[in-house]
Amino acid sequence: MSRMWIVKIALVAVFGLVIGVAGAQLYEHRHFDTPIVAGPGVTRVAKLSDYCPTLKGTTGDTNVFFLESGVSGGTALVIAATHPNEICAALTAFVLVENAMPEQGTLIVIPEFNNSASRATWPGDGYPLYYSIDTLWGEKTFRMGGRGASPVDQWPDPDVFVHYPEKQLLSYIDSRNTNRTWPGRPDGVLTERVCYGAMELIRQENVNVVIDLHGAETMFPVTNCIVAPDKSVRIAAMASLTVQMQEHFANHVEPSPLSFHGLSHREIGDYSDALPFLLEAPCPFLDQPTGPKTPQLLLDGKDAFLLSLAQQKRLFVPYTEEGWPIEKRVGQHCSVILEIFNQFSKRYPDLSIILSDAPKYADLVENGLGVYFHDPSQAAPDGIYYE
Amino acid sequence: MPVVMIFYYLISVYLLGILVWSFVREKKSVSDMVLYLVLATPLVLRVLHIK
Repeated sequence: MSRMWIVKIALVAVFGLVIGVAGAQLYEHRHFDTPIVAGPGVTRVAKLSDYCPTLKGTTGDTNVFFLESGVSGGTALVIAATHPNEICAALTAFVLVENAMPEQGTLIVIPEFNNSASRATWPGDGYPLYYSIDTLWGEKTFRMGGRGASPVDQWPDPDVFVHYPEKQLLSYIDSRNTNRTWPGRPDGVLTERVCYGAMELIRQENVNVVIDLHGAETMFPVTNCIVAPDKSVRIAAMASLTVQMQEHFANHVEPSPLSFHGLSHREIGDYSDALPFLLEAPCPFLDQPTGPKTPQLLLDGKDAFLLSLAQQKRLFVPYTEEGWPIEKRVGQHCSVILEIFNQFSKRYPDLSIILSDAPKYADLVENGLGVYFHDPSQAAPDGIYYE
Repeated sequence: MPVVMIFYYLISVYLLGILVWSFVREKKSVSDMVLYLVLATPLVLRVLHIK
C-alpha cells in the first residue's frame, strides 16, 4: 500500500471519529428531555397535534397544559419557546405549570412551542448545549435551543420565504421561525403546521388572551416591552403603567406593525377573536458584542463589553454590573402576564382570568428561580411530563 | 416525497460521487483531500438520512 493511501485512510478515520463524537453529542442533545412536574392547577395535558393532526409523530408536536378553574371566566394561552434560545420564556412557562392555580377561567400553557428549534442549538455561534438552574433539591438541567426549527426537521430552506396567506416576501431563514409563520396552514412546512395548530387551539378553545413570551438583545430597541396591536394596546398600556408604578420595573409598549406579516401579535389578532400580546425581556446572551457564550452569561447576563456599551448609552435597557439575572427576566414575564390578566378581567368582568400562587417579580428576585421548580423524584409518575 | 426532493437527492449523490472520485484520484495535496472530506460530510449525512 502506498504512503498516500495510508494518509487517505487515516484522514477518513479521523473524520469519522470527529463526526461520530460530535454527532453523538448533538444526538444526545436532540433527544434530551427535561421533566416538568404538573402542579396542582393542571387539569389535563393535550398535544398540539390534537388541533393539527398533520403534526402527529413529528418534532413539531408538543405538550399543551390546561389549568382549568371550573369557574366560568375567560381563557388565556401562554406560548413559550417560540424562539428557544430566549430561555426566560420557557422558564416562565415551567414556573406557571408547576405553581399556578387558576381561581377563575382557564389558563393554557405551551412551554416548548417550537419544539424542533429547542432540539437544535447553534454550534457555529458557540452556544452551549445545556444550562442548569440550582434548586432546593439539586440542579435542573434544560436544553439550550436555537431560534428556528432544526434543519433536520425542515429543510431545505427556500431562496425567499413567501408568507402564507399574505404572500409577503420574507428572509429565507424565517421559514423555520415560528414567529414569522402565523397563522399557518395544515399542509404547510413544519413551522406553518405548528402555528396552524395553535390557531386552531385558539379558535376551538375560545381563547380570549394570547401571550407570546420572548427575550431580546439589549441593543435591540424592541426589548423590555409589550408588543401589542391596536385591539390589545389599551390593556397593554395599563399593564405597562401598573407594573412600573407597583412593581418598579419599566416595560414600555410597542405597536405591532400593520404591514409586517407572520408575527404572532399581528396574525393572531387578525385571524381570531383573541387579544394578542408579545412580551420581550432583555437577554444579554443574544447580543453580538459579548464575551464567550457561556451558560453563566445565559443566566446572569453579566458582560464587560455590554457594560462598556451601556456607559456609552448604546443599549436600550438599563445595564449595570449586576447584569440581567434570569430571576429578573422571568419575574418580569410573570408580573406582566398577571397584570395583563388583571387588566383584561377589569375590562371584561364576565371573562375574568384569575390565578393564584404564581410568583411575581419581587418573589423571584428575592427567592430565586430554583425554588419554583419541584423535584420530579418526589412527584407522582403520572404528574411528570417531558419537554 | 416531492419531486423536487428526488432531484435534490440525485444531485447530492452526483456531487458526492465527484468528491469521492476526486479524493481517490488526489495524489499529492493532503489539504485538498481534507477539503473533499469536509465538502462530502453534509452530503453523506443527507443521502444516508442520518439525523
